[in-house]
Amino acid sequence: MKRKDSLAQRLCASPHIVWSALFIVVPLIMVVYYAFTDKTGAFTLDNISRLSDYTTTFLRSIWYGIIATIICLVIAYPVAYIIARSKARVQSTMIMLVMIPMWMNFLLRTYSWMTLLADNGVINNLLAKIGAGPLHMINTAGAVILGMVYNFLPYMILPIYTVMTKLDNSLIEAAQDLGANKARVFIDVVVPHSISGVVSGITMVFVPSVSTFYISQKLGGGSFALIGDIIEMQFQISNNFNFGAALSLVLMILILICMTVMNRFGDNDESKGGVMI
Amino acid sequence: MTKLKPTSKIYLAIVMLFLYLPIFILIVLSFNGTNSTSVMSGFSFKWYVELFRDQITMKALSNTLVLAIVSSISATLIGTLAAVGIDKMKKGFVRSSVETVTNIPMMNPEIVTGISMMLLFVFIGTILKINGVLGFWTMYIAHVTFSLPYVILNIMPKLKQTDAHLAEAAQDLGCTKFQAFMKVILPSIRPGILSGFIMAFTLSLDDFIISYFVSGPKFQTLPIRIFAMTKKRVTPDMYALSTIIFIVILILLVLVNVFQSRDEDRKNKGAAK
Repeated sequence: MKRKDSLAQRLCASPHIVWSALFIVVPLIMVVYYAFTDKTGAFTLDNISRLSDYTTTFLRSIWYGIIATIICLVIAYPVAYIIARSKARVQSTMIMLVMIPMWMNFLLRTYSWMTLLADNGVINNLLAKIGAGPLHMINTAGAVILGMVYNFLPYMILPIYTVMTKLDNSLIEAAQDLGANKARVFIDVVVPHSISGVVSGITMVFVPSVSTFYISQKLGGGSFALIGDIIEMQFQISNNFNFGAALSLVLMILILICMTVMNRFGDNDESKGGVMI
Repeated sequence: MTKLKPTSKIYLAIVMLFLYLPIFILIVLSFNGTNSTSVMSGFSFKWYVELFRDQITMKALSNTLVLAIVSSISATLIGTLAAVGIDKMKKGFVRSSVETVTNIPMMNPEIVTGISMMLLFVFIGTILKINGVLGFWTMYIAHVTFSLPYVILNIMPKLKQTDAHLAEAAQDLGCTKFQAFMKVILPSIRPGILSGFIMAFTLSLDDFIISYFVSGPKFQTLPIRIFAMTKKRVTPDMYALSTIIFIVILILLVLVNVFQSRDEDRKNKGAAK
């Protein structure tokens, strides 16, 4: 009787399992299939060997992704800490303020940076009024990274904030009672406690940064093409699905490797916590 | 909790300025008297009038809403059932592979999710010789697929907190399994279902990258429309649109916040008694 019961309930998941098989697993198989075939459907390794032409683009994407992630972490960590230590009312307001920009269309927000950074844009107009020379900001690598930091900063703040709120205040007080100064409390109590939030923040910023294509087109002016731009071009302009699939396959594998490494950090931290309890 | 130090306040203010500067610029320039998107000269509402006259944008807006409603309801239904089913599965290969596959759209770069589905749809399209296979249904499938993990993720913790013996007790007291589910399990996971649904809805409203690859000319959503507009020179009517979006979001969030804090106050009062 009991068995039947759990079988019926397990069947609940079947629509989802069928759906995921059809629309998650099969599409990924299609990526592999297209990557290893040519336009006629015959097996080929040409797409894979052509990838080496884009090594610099791959490296640039990863490099920009790493820089943007580090900047986000440096900005977000104190923000999350400050918000988590403030009063409950202040906390909910501040977190709402962090989340609102995420709900705005990211194309429009990025476009707005174009108006801000342009040679005759808002910032340069203001600079001209106080007599400072025009700065060339748009279409630089810095602008692309700024766009990434701007768009993905909330994704770093929120997970770190979430783990920080779970930090028991009495732990900090205990450390202080045992003679730790503020810096020691921060390094020995706050930082280790927040690692899991930092890890998920890093992946949530790094993955979209590496694979973005709109930000680099608008703020980089086409001279800082990232891997996402090349993929988008294959599908929307040159109609070379096979090569686009090969590029996506490599991007996916690269990110998978990064995530596995990062998750190992996160897991270790969790098991440590388990042992401590 | 402690009071904020002045240095902390200044730091938060700078970060908030950074987050809101582009939005502020959009809002100010949406009232521009000329069609410049960088210099403010004169105040007018003409871009708002222009926006509501733009048939294609208005059509895209209604498409976006229809798609978000239909796809988030579907994702919530499939996801709720899935969470209940996965929760009942024994730990092992089947369960962990179902969980892993479920999380793929969340982990994978959106561009890869988008092109992988596009390849499938195009492949099926060529086999069945359908011209222009990309449209409402392909977008619907894509939106349900990327929303599912978020729905499940929101419900799973609530299920774990629910005492399984409660449902058994209900059955001992004469409920059928279905009744026990409806009367015991469902009410206790309702907050998870609701937040999963809201998340699916907002993800669908705002999605551009995946939609960009699985949409066709027949069915455009607002983000796709905005993308097409920003390819050319943008006129301030797009700014007017983002101002309206901003205000709607602001009102919704403030309402949610007010309700939540009222709820908490009531709870606190109850506890005090």
